[in-house]
Amino acid sequence: MSDKKNRRTQKDHSPRAGSDKKGGPPEKPTNFKGTFFRLVRYLKPYSTKLIIVFLAAVVSTVFMILGPKIMGDAVTELFEGAYGGLTGAPGGGIDFGAIGKILLILGSLYVISSLFNYIQQFTMAGVAQGTVFDLREDVNRKLEKLPLKYYDNHPVGDTLSRMTNDIDLIGNTLQQSITQFITSMITIVGILFMMFWISPMLAIISLVSLPISLFVIRPFLKRSQKYFADQQRTLGELNGHIEEMYNGHQVVKAFGHEQKSIDQFDDVNEELFHAGRKAQFISGIMMPLMSLIGNMSYVLICIVGGIFVMNGSIRIGDIQAFIQYTRQFSQPIMQTANIANIIQSTIAAAERVFQLLDEEEEVKEVAEVKLEHVKGEVTFDHVDFGYTDDLLIKDMNVNVKPGQTVAIVGPTGAGKTTLINLLMRFYELDGGTINIDGLDTRKMSRLNLRETFGVVLQDTWLFKGTIAENIAYGKKGADDFEVKKAAKTAYADRFIQTLPEGYDMELNEEASNISQGQKQLLTIARTVLADPPIMILDEATSSVDTRTEMYIQEAMNDLMKGRTSFVIAHRLSTIKNADLILVMDQGNIVEQGTHDELLETGGLYADLYNSQFAEDPAM
Amino acid sequence: MVKILKNLTVYKWIVVAIFGLVFIQSLSELFLPTLMSNIIDDGVVPGNISVIWKIGGIMLIVTAISAAAAITASYYSSKTAMGLGRDLRRKVFKHVEGFSLQDFDEVGTASLITRTTNDITQIQQVVLMILRMVLMAPIMFIGGLIMALSKDAKLSLVIVATMPVLVIAILIIFKKGLPLFQKVQKKIDQLNLVLRENITGIRVIRAFSREKDEQERLGHANKDLKDVSVTVNRLMAFLQPTMMLVMNLTIVGVIWFGGIRIESGGMQIGDLMAYIQYVTMIMMALVMASILFVMIPRATVSANRINEVLEMDPTSMAEGSQKANIKPGTLVFDDVTFYYPGAEEPALSNITFTANQGETTAIIGGTGSGKTTLINLIPRFYDITEGEILINGLPIQDATQEEIRSKIGLVPQQALLFSGTIEENLRFGKEEATDEEVIHAARVAQAEEFISRMEDGYESSITQGGSNLSGGQKQRISIARALIRKPDIYLFDDSFSALDFQTDAKLRKALVDETKDSTVLIVAQRVSTVMNADQIIVLEEGKVAGIGKHEELYENNEVYKEIVESQLSEEESA
Repeated sequence: MSDKKNRRTQKDHSPRAGSDKKGGPPEKPTNFKGTFFRLVRYLKPYSTKLIIVFLAAVVSTVFMILGPKIMGDAVTELFEGAYGGLTGAPGGGIDFGAIGKILLILGSLYVISSLFNYIQQFTMAGVAQGTVFDLREDVNRKLEKLPLKYYDNHPVGDTLSRMTNDIDLIGNTLQQSITQFITSMITIVGILFMMFWISPMLAIISLVSLPISLFVIRPFLKRSQKYFADQQRTLGELNGHIEEMYNGHQVVKAFGHEQKSIDQFDDVNEELFHAGRKAQFISGIMMPLMSLIGNMSYVLICIVGGIFVMNGSIRIGDIQAFIQYTRQFSQPIMQTANIANIIQSTIAAAERVFQLLDEEEEVKEVAEVKLEHVKGEVTFDHVDFGYTDDLLIKDMNVNVKPGQTVAIVGPTGAGKTTLINLLMRFYELDGGTINIDGLDTRKMSRLNLRETFGVVLQDTWLFKGTIAENIAYGKKGADDFEVKKAAKTAYADRFIQTLPEGYDMELNEEASNISQGQKQLLTIARTVLADPPIMILDEATSSVDTRTEMYIQEAMNDLMKGRTSFVIAHRLSTIKNADLILVMDQGNIVEQGTHDELLETGGLYADLYNSQFAEDPAM
Repeated sequence: MVKILKNLTVYKWIVVAIFGLVFIQSLSELFLPTLMSNIIDDGVVPGNISVIWKIGGIMLIVTAISAAAAITASYYSSKTAMGLGRDLRRKVFKHVEGFSLQDFDEVGTASLITRTTNDITQIQQVVLMILRMVLMAPIMFIGGLIMALSKDAKLSLVIVATMPVLVIAILIIFKKGLPLFQKVQKKIDQLNLVLRENITGIRVIRAFSREKDEQERLGHANKDLKDVSVTVNRLMAFLQPTMMLVMNLTIVGVIWFGGIRIESGGMQIGDLMAYIQYVTMIMMALVMASILFVMIPRATVSANRINEVLEMDPTSMAEGSQKANIKPGTLVFDDVTFYYPGAEEPALSNITFTANQGETTAIIGGTGSGKTTLINLIPRFYDITEGEILINGLPIQDATQEEIRSKIGLVPQQALLFSGTIEENLRFGKEEATDEEVIHAARVAQAEEFISRMEDGYESSITQGGSNLSGGQKQRISIARALIRKPDIYLFDDSFSALDFQTDAKLRKALVDETKDSTVLIVAQRVSTVMNADQIIVLEEGKVAGIGKHEELYENNEVYKEIVESQLSEEESA
């Protein structure tokens, strides 16, 4: 991950990154026009600045283009002066006054051109980064409005790369390619104008090289795209193999597969070598070919120009100017050719960003009712629900009285988290209602609803920050005293005290500097601090040592006291003592009742219970 | 970086050839302006058309030579750079495959992956750039300078005056820029971090209704990044105009002073025109060299990361050559003590137990009690510090690692599968297994049912990391993969955790028959899993806290009792 980022920054700022992006067929956006105009709208707030950029670019380029011609005049002046002097024509000798004047003009021209070039790039930096910032802020605001469904269905990396890589690409294009495009266009037109002004004949000669070079380059360009795609594909394959073998190192070793893994690696590696060699070679050919054609027209101009000068139909300085123009001509053409690709991939990136921005949002909340002094009665009233169009839960009815403990049991993947999703309104119901204290959860604000619940999940999410900050997450503006008190209640205080910096210890990115069990205790402390009237707990504590587990257990029991609690139960003691057991299978609640009632019915629960706890087969 | 480049020695002749070709290419390019000046001075001025044509012809030939040299150079440079990449990758991968688990722990898997992939690609790209462009810079620079000097030495004072200005300008910009680049990188990392936390923690954020705060945090990171980026880009905005300005003003100077030289008869007009082109070349060479400034520091970081891996010696282990088949299906730990390298406290100390054929030995204990460490010692992933481990009656260091591992069927904690079909994954345990054996193993592992329900059955493909299977399914395939080997020793490292109660029970019932000629070691968290084992080893802080059957331990062993009671209610455990 981080290496991807590294590569990007380099491109970001290397002076000519834009033109380096050859290779690989550009991705094609599906709706070029729509996306393009939508992107343009983001530039609207910067229109004054963009006008400045545009004007600066025009001035800078025009002055730059005038340069060679004026320089040519100076050279002509020199030539005529020098050789006029030789041949003894009238007014012989070099007129340094005139040349000085011309050079002064030339010098100021260049100064002005560079100044405006700087102004243009300076201003564009603000525009580009500003637009990037605005786009990111839009995504940022969007993230809050996206339903959980979006997060569950999209890989983290996908969303991440839309907000980082894709928007970055847009920024790069704005920073470099757009102004490059403007200057290239002006340069091409300007140079053409100058060329024809100096000598239409020479202009035509050098223009002939244009279609020739396009003609020559095209097949190479096509092939290079294919080879680059090959290279990219094999590289992906190889990286995949490396990743798998490294991740599965233990298994590879245990099963003695090292050699086989190396052989397989060698095959793909060799393939990558050949694909890469071809791709790089073909793309490496294009530059020399272009310059060959460029040089050829250069030679032709020298020859024909030389003859013209002899005829007197053109001045020597104009040849000098002309040569400079031809030398400058191929670069903007190459750039414009490249820009088409860059713009295409930029629009494709923008499209991905807009796709994210266009994702369906959470249902607008209404706050018709407000929960206060919650007693904790929860009812599922004829609830229908499905993640897709197929209903997973049909006509579910559950009635939980205030203070009751509800145990949710069932095989893995039976949909125990679905219940949480619905209770917290992470997902919307397809039918029926869920009521708390008789109030429809859809008629209250999400804030109000979620304040009512405290959740301790197996997936212990903590963020990079101190332990105290992580606990304080449960209640806005909690002070040190409250944090500590909550930690004590959650049996977390003791282990925190033993840590190097206690409550001020910084958790790292994956919070891997404390153990899984300790993380769980922190999440419990966080919930303790929030002090919600209804609890949702996930008991699963695999990979936690027994002592810590006991603490967790005790902390959870304390949490449940006097509150309505939903527990994803793994412990028999919890299940047996529950006021209500919900047995889930394949997404639905198949049975509900107390332990004894369910055993009597002899259904799935009885099966589960017997297989787990009754007679264990000897092993 | 230098160390990495030593890998180029295989290609040294090719590199020499590339150098030669680039040299030819540069010379040709340098020759062209001189020829042009000859056209002017010898052709145009005296009015000799045939000279113009003649020199023009020579120019065409020179151009062709230059292009031919460039194309050939490109061929070889691609081959060299890609070859270097290939060789490095192979070297690193092979090296890493020889690593022990503890070597892996030291560097970290994710880091090893980027070192083998991205870092090497980075080096490859830089070498290509160097061979292609940067190599040309010094030749063009020196060549251009020599040509300029030969055209007119005195005029070169102009270059001497302006070049330092350019060099200093570039240096200043980079000196200011480099720390800013690093800052940008940091801010990008920060943005990524916050964003990642926002996405992975979405449930918690919403559960605590902290969306607004998170939005602010992310906005903050965004703003920070923007501010630094603007600063960097504004600084870099200096670079191009400055370079162009210095170059153009140099040319203006050249014309002025060149005029004076011409006036005094010191040089000809064609020479001046050639001179102007040489100045352009010299400056361009400087610009090319400045690209190195950006590339080299980055490449050095990558190179160092690769070198770190290559310099690590895989922990080597002495091997014997005996066969491990003295007492099949037995495992003995004899007073085994193990320190992780560099650790002051032993991870395991004085472990002694015997596991016989047909018996099940369960290991239970808290996190950090050394259960997985114990398991990892058996296939010799780590070498023990003291004592002896016997497999099938033979001390494990008296046979090859391969021999030892062929006796073992390991089911690791995490069910690691590989991309490929289900069958390929099962055959990972034993490549030459018959179809019957494959199906049998799947059946015992309770995997047959879900496999046959899949569209392509055993041919169904598994994506990388097995992400298209559920945790329980992966675990069952991982178990089948071990079963197919029919090993003498089964090691189950907490491998039933993702199974539901029913499947768990069925599987263990089926295993009884399957493993009667072997010995089975099970690491478990659930007491219910270990309750019926022939012997239970209770580990605490790397020491044996008790060995015995469930009832015995429950009566006499405090640690075990504590564990049991934390999981089962009184009546169940009795």
